[in-house]
Amino acid sequence: MNCERLKKTAKKGFFAQFSWAFFLFDMNKETKNIKKLIIDQSLELDCGKTIKDFPLAYETYGTLNKSKTNAILVFHALSGDQFVTNINPITKKKGWWTTAVGPGKAIDTDKFFVICVNVLGGCMGSIGPKEINPETNELFATTFPVITIKDMVKAQIYLLEHLGINKLLSVTGGSMGGMQVLQFASLYPDKTYSAIPIACSASHSAQNIAFNELGRQAIMADPNWNKGNYFKTNLSPDKGLAVARMAAHITYLSDKGLQEKFGRKLQVKGNLKFSFDADFQIESYLRHQGSVFVDRFDANSYLYITRAMDYFDLTKQFNGNLANAFKKTKTKFCVISFSSDWLYPTKENKEIVIALNASGANVSFVEINSDKGHDSFLLDIPEFLKTLGEFINSNYKEFNNETRI
Amino acid sequence: MKQEFNVISQIIQNNKRVLDIGCGDGTLMQYLKSNQQNDVRGLEPQKNLVQKCIAKGLSVIEGDAEKELAQFPNKSFDYAVLSQTLQAFLTPEEVLKQLLRIGKQTIVSIPNFGYWKVRLHLLFKGTMPITKNLPNEWYNTPNLHMCTIQDFVNFCNKKNIKINRSLCLTNEKISEITNKNMFYKNMLSQLGIFLIQ
Repeated sequence: MNCERLKKTAKKGFFAQFSWAFFLFDMNKETKNIKKLIIDQSLELDCGKTIKDFPLAYETYGTLNKSKTNAILVFHALSGDQFVTNINPITKKKGWWTTAVGPGKAIDTDKFFVICVNVLGGCMGSIGPKEINPETNELFATTFPVITIKDMVKAQIYLLEHLGINKLLSVTGGSMGGMQVLQFASLYPDKTYSAIPIACSASHSAQNIAFNELGRQAIMADPNWNKGNYFKTNLSPDKGLAVARMAAHITYLSDKGLQEKFGRKLQVKGNLKFSFDADFQIESYLRHQGSVFVDRFDANSYLYITRAMDYFDLTKQFNGNLANAFKKTKTKFCVISFSSDWLYPTKENKEIVIALNASGANVSFVEINSDKGHDSFLLDIPEFLKTLGEFINSNYKEFNNETRI
Repeated sequence: MKQEFNVISQIIQNNKRVLDIGCGDGTLMQYLKSNQQNDVRGLEPQKNLVQKCIAKGLSVIEGDAEKELAQFPNKSFDYAVLSQTLQAFLTPEEVLKQLLRIGKQTIVSIPNFGYWKVRLHLLFKGTMPITKNLPNEWYNTPNLHMCTIQDFVNFCNKKNIKINRSLCLTNEKISEITNKNMFYKNMLSQLGIFLIQ
C-alpha cells in the first residue's frame, strides 16, 4: 500500500530525495490510530540482542469483567494481525477470525474480553523491520534482529501486566498462533486457566521449513527486494512477496478442496488461449491472493516471521522431551486438528497430546472433519466452532468457581 | 445413569485419578467428577461423542484404545475403566495389558455370553444370539471376541492377573461372584464387572 502509493506520487530523480521522509510520514498516518503500548523495559531476545522501549500494537474486543476472569489472549498466525474481528481499520476488510470471534460467536465478545497483539517482527504497528530504529532513525529493515516464537510470547506478557490481568481464561490461536499457545503455556503455566492450540505443531517440520524457504527465496530473488532496503528505492518486492503468498496459499488448502472448488474450470468459458495468461480459475485465484497480500503485508516481515516459525522447536527447548515442557502444569488443554490439514497434520497435533498425557496434564483432543485443509481453522466449520465455544464456556464456569473459592 | 455405572462408581474411591476408555458421551465421567471429586480423563474413538464430552467440560481425547494407550505413563491413573468394550477390540489381550500397566487397578465389564438366554437362543433357534446387551446381528456386531464370565476369570488366572473383586448384574440386581457360585452366576448374569490388577 505505502510503496504502491509512493510509486505513483514520487517521480524518479529530483523528487526521490524527499520520498524517504514522505514515506515515514505516510506510514505514521496509517498506523497512528492503532492501539500501541510502548514497552519501557528491555527484552533479551533468543538471538542474544536486546530490544527496549519498543512498541507493541494490539487490539481488544469486549469488556474485562470485575474479577478479571474473562480475558482470552488470541495469537495470530503468519499473515494475521491484531485485528481479529470487526473491520480491520487499515485494510478495511473483515478481521481474520470473524468466524470465531465476535458477539454471539464461539469466542463471544459479549461475554469475553479478547486481546490480540501484533507479533514482534510484524508489520501492523509492533516493533519489526518496517519500524524505525530509534538508534539510527532509519527503518530497521534487515538490521532487525531475528526473533523467535518465544520472543513474541515474552513480549506479550508486558501487555497483560499493563492491562492488569494476572491470569487469563484462555490462550488460543491456529497455526503459528498455536505455536505461541504452546510456548505461552510452557513458559507461563500459571498465567492461563486453559489453552487451545489449533492446527499446529510443537516443532516445525522439514516440509514446513521447506515451504517457508521457498517463500523467502521468492522475496529475496525479486530485484526490488534490494537486500531488504526497498524502502530506499520506492520499489517494493511485490512480485516476490506475491509468489511467496501464492505458494503458501496452496499449502493452506487441500487437494480435494481445490478440486471441488476449481477443478479444471476455465477463467473464460470456451477454449484455451494457448498463452501463459491465467487460463484456469485456480491460476487467477492464486494471482489474486498474491496481489491482495502485497497490499497489506511487508516483505521483510514475511522473512522474519517465517524464520521464527522455522526456529520453533519446543521439544528441543526441553532437551528432546516435549513432556517436560508441560511438567506439573494445571492448565487445561484442548488440542484441535483438521482431517485434511497436511501442513500441520493430525499426527503432529497428536504428538502434543501425547506429550501432555505423558506429563499428566489435563488434555482434550479432537480432529475435526473438514476438506478445507489448514485454512479450516479460519473458516465457518460448525463442528469446530462448536467445540471451541463449548470448551471455553465450560472453562469459564470452572475458572469463575475457582476464583470465588 | 445405568446400573453398571453405579456399580463402577461405587468401586472407585473419591479423589482418585480415573481413565475411562471408551467413555462415550461422558456419563460415567461426569458422575465421578461431580459426585466423587475424581480427576477423570477419557478416551473415545467417535468424534461426535468426544465433542459432547468437551462441551460438558470433560477432558477427552479422540482416539482408538488399540493404538493410543501407549502414550499414558505407567500407573498414571488409580483406575483404568473399560466398560463393555473389551470384546470389541482386535487384540483384547494387548489392550488389557496396557490397562493393567496404566492403572494401579483396572475395572473391566463384559457382556456375559454364558447368560442362559444367550445359551438357549443358540441351542433352540440355532442363530447367533440377540439380547438387550448384544443387540446386533452377527454381520454388523462390533463384538469380535465374546466371552463368558467363566472365560474371563480363567483368562485372569492363566495370566496371573489378580482379581480383587468380581461382581455381576442381572436385571439391575448386583451380586458378588465367588468360586462357589461361579457356575450359577455364569448362567444367570447379563454382565460381569471385575476389579483387577
